[in-house]
Amino acid sequence: MNKAGERLYNGLVKENPTFVLMLGMCPTLAVTTSAMNGLGMGLTTMVVLSLSNLFISLLRRVIPDRVRIPAFIVVIASFVTVVQLLLEAYLPALNKSLGVYIPLIVVNCIILGRAESYAYSNPPIPSLFDGIGMGLGFSFALTCIGAFRELLGAGKLFGAALMPEGFEPIRIFGQAPGAFFVLAMLVAVQNAVRNRRKKAGKPYEKIGSGCSEDCMNCSDQGCTRRFYDAGAAEKKPVRQPGSTAQGKAPRPVQKQAESGIQRKAPRPVQKQAESGIQGKAPKPVQKPDRAVNGKKERLAQKQTEFEYIDLDKEEK
Amino acid sequence: MDNVKELLVILIGSSLVSNVVLSQFLGLCPFLGVSRKVKTAVGMGGAVIFVITLASFVAGVINQFVLIKFKVQYLDTIVFILVIAALVQFVEMFLRKVMPALYEALGVYLPLITTNCAVLGVAINNEQAEYGILTGTVNGFATAVGFTVAIVILAGIREKIAYNDVPKAFQGMPIVLLTAGLMAIAFVGFSGLL
Repeated sequence: MNKAGERLYNGLVKENPTFVLMLGMCPTLAVTTSAMNGLGMGLTTMVVLSLSNLFISLLRRVIPDRVRIPAFIVVIASFVTVVQLLLEAYLPALNKSLGVYIPLIVVNCIILGRAESYAYSNPPIPSLFDGIGMGLGFSFALTCIGAFRELLGAGKLFGAALMPEGFEPIRIFGQAPGAFFVLAMLVAVQNAVRNRRKKAGKPYEKIGSGCSEDCMNCSDQGCTRRFYDAGAAEKKPVRQPGSTAQGKAPRPVQKQAESGIQRKAPRPVQKQAESGIQGKAPKPVQKPDRAVNGKKERLAQKQTEFEYIDLDKEEK
Repeated sequence: MDNVKELLVILIGSSLVSNVVLSQFLGLCPFLGVSRKVKTAVGMGGAVIFVITLASFVAGVINQFVLIKFKVQYLDTIVFILVIAALVQFVEMFLRKVMPALYEALGVYLPLITTNCAVLGVAINNEQAEYGILTGTVNGFATAVGFTVAIVILAGIREKIAYNDVPKAFQGMPIVLLTAGLMAIAFVGFSGLL
């Protein structure tokens, strides 16, 4: 149970997906016109996130490494469909106001990111609580932003008039431009905190590791990932710092021990896999090693990643 | 004549009035991430036009001949996301082999839009608005043009911002988001067009 509590705290505070990691910005901007919408979107995402985390974790030994992204997407999309149908049936008003953003939960970076960085390498119960924690953190953040925008934009909170009589609502906060302004302020605060922590010598890497730094990271976290990620193709997913290191390492070793295959010296076969050409080498020989190597390489290549990502630096 | 008029309305409506980034917040990641230079922004815009037009056509075909025919519309999210993601990767491989010149120009951007919200968003919007294949494809094209217009303008502004003295906390993303907000206000002005 202690582990579960730690996961909840992690999602709500330490790695809050919106305030700290800056993931899933599309829905954050789009649906936070009111506190109610923000809360609805947050809770919907939480349900999908915890269920998909649970199931991906249960299936983690069944899903082959190379087709994991399509597998994740199918699991996530199924839950999104289920939740969408439930909303249509029982909360039609909320469903209408969230509209197209409900099916778009499928491409929310947070969900695919957690599946990849936590659920795929951890047991079901912690994964479930990781999903709940992250979902609660997301709901909390969306409700805060929604409440702020609703208060300034309409002078209300959860639909109840709150501001004094003379208050003239700043309508723009309820509309599209207001969302950009609110997010800009949020990121500016994050930057300030980050700079202060940097100066004080405290750890700061986690803050804003998603969209605020360089949006291409976000695309690697989930929004725009390669569909079929051949275990050793030129591009590897970037992991969220911290949350993966301990979780990911033990698994390949354990698997190796289970299948009783000792680790062999690097062979030409491996090189072939690296360059993205598969199928020529005898598969049965290649298979056990590839799973191991694929994961290790992925972790090792975390840094080299940025060559691919940084389109602008390339040109200088 | 009526048909042409309807298509024109969709063309203007989707590209300017309800701009995909500035009023619907779809495709924010590439919008913020690849807008540092006009040149890369144009490349990204080209890739987005290509992918969204193609994807909305394919999604329209699937919707018409599979989902509606077999009455399984509730599977739309799963089918669209899988088809689009696979399609983009297939297109990437195809371009690399067959049209290296085009791949040079668009190739680096293609993986960035594999499962972009904008692509899926257009497919779902088309389905919910019950557009046919042609109308849906035009809507996809218009949406992508709107994205390109927005990202190129933003890139142009960002090239100028680079020389400005921005407060420390606002450097990087915040100033870009403020710029995007001002652009969104400007685009609200288009709402009188239709």
